[in-house]
Amino acid sequence: MSNKNHHDKIERSVGLLAILTIVAISFGTLVLITPLFFLDETTQPVDGMTPYTALQLEGRDIYIREGCVGCHSQMIRPFRAEVERYGHYSVAGESVWDHPFLWGSKRTGPDLARVGERYSDDWHHAHLMDPRSVVPQSNMPAFPWLDKNVLDGKYTAKKMQVLRSFGLPYTDEDIEGAAAAVEGKTEMQALIAYLQSLGTHLK
Amino acid sequence: MSSFWSAWIIVLTLPVLIGCAILLTWNLKNYVGVPEDETTGHEVDGIEEINNPLPRWWTYMFILTLVWSVFYLAAYPGLGNWKGFLGWTSSNQGIKSLEESQLAVVKAVEEGRNVEFDREMVRADEVYGPVFQQFAKRDVLDLAYDDDAIKIGQRLFLQNCALCHGSNARGQHGFPNLTDNDWLYGGTPEKIKETLLHGRKAVMPGWFDALGEQGIKEMTAYVLSLSGRSVNERDAEAGKAKFALCAACHGPDGKGSLAHNLPFGAPNLTDNIWLYGGSARAVEETLIKGRNGVMPAFKQTLGEDKVHILTAYVYRLANPEKPAEQQ
Repeated sequence: MSNKNHHDKIERSVGLLAILTIVAISFGTLVLITPLFFLDETTQPVDGMTPYTALQLEGRDIYIREGCVGCHSQMIRPFRAEVERYGHYSVAGESVWDHPFLWGSKRTGPDLARVGERYSDDWHHAHLMDPRSVVPQSNMPAFPWLDKNVLDGKYTAKKMQVLRSFGLPYTDEDIEGAAAAVEGKTEMQALIAYLQSLGTHLK
Repeated sequence: MSSFWSAWIIVLTLPVLIGCAILLTWNLKNYVGVPEDETTGHEVDGIEEINNPLPRWWTYMFILTLVWSVFYLAAYPGLGNWKGFLGWTSSNQGIKSLEESQLAVVKAVEEGRNVEFDREMVRADEVYGPVFQQFAKRDVLDLAYDDDAIKIGQRLFLQNCALCHGSNARGQHGFPNLTDNDWLYGGTPEKIKETLLHGRKAVMPGWFDALGEQGIKEMTAYVLSLSGRSVNERDAEAGKAKFALCAACHGPDGKGSLAHNLPFGAPNLTDNIWLYGGSARAVEETLIKGRNGVMPAFKQTLGEDKVHILTAYVYRLANPEKPAEQQ
């Protein structure tokens, strides 16, 4: 350190300050995030995992569109209280094919990470049409329009292609049959199909 | 974690700690050429810039943080594959199946590893396990009239069953009333337990294609007449002629699959108890669209011991009075 006042130099040059800030922050990224792209724990799906079907995939997009993630997390933490209520804690291998993941960070309603096969399709239908009809003290909004809106399936195949480029093992038949698989289905059916798949892969 | 990524993390983390220490030392010295606490000569709108040193309390906190981080990284798993001298970890996050999860727990216990979640479960099992085991040994009919078991059963019911069957267990449209002793799959303790453990799936197909509009109307009249409702008799007669379609599941007399020891869960049509509504319109809807009643399985969620107590609670709902010979 020949020059006695480096600090002065950095403070006076915004460009240099920005570059050095990025360098300082990047250590955190390089250590905490980069390895996760390459580790088996975080890149390999759980045994027997299958990608979302065309209908479930459309249901997932409705889940995102309606903002379900704002009130429902999909992340069971490894505490006894949570595991007793929801089931086995969530593991990384269950989320590797979720783009983006929907772990959420707020629970106004219950966690949904393992809601799949927990209730019947009829229950979900009644509950989404009017939550108070099955849970009197619920403050969840009703989503009756989902029962009227019919999927057009225009982008279903495209979505699957994009996801395949991210490494999901969709076959050509899956993608070709995507539009037909969702044809005539309501958004309600799609959402219920998605919900019924949640957390069922860890067996 | 492969040794490459382990090394990557260690090689990046340790220099950062050392770098922070160097940066702090460097910044503690005065290079500005102005004595501390005196003005640097910069002045804007009457506000002077003073050459203040780093606050002492802040500096000590910084040093404390560095010392803490060294202790922390030595004690806990933070540096790649280094597991920390405490051997602590929160859960077995890397597992790929439930079986692996169970094996990981056993392995962690054997190796004496300090897995927080496993320890929490073991501690709870020590406290609550014996309670449930005591109940598990006793007969359902006995538990059904045991106040303590019923209290536990009620909690389990409200948490897991009330969402469909209602907090008073009287059911609702599409979800059976559990208090009326009218059963779809059987009300003996064995049958109730079977239902709870493994779930049930009822399939009633829609009959519109087979019966047509007129046929549906006639069948509706006949089905309603089975419960003694007054209907158009000519329609009912015509419906009766086609009832063979329904008899396969509901029995030729319409008394339901249970009365004929069949496992379909097809309701008794003669008792005026209606799962999907007993109005002519509701019955018509059932006939046209069909119904798919599903009871989810709870073996995985609750485990056998809790299901045992829940069985007693559900049995009690339909049989509130203790039978005389047991008193």
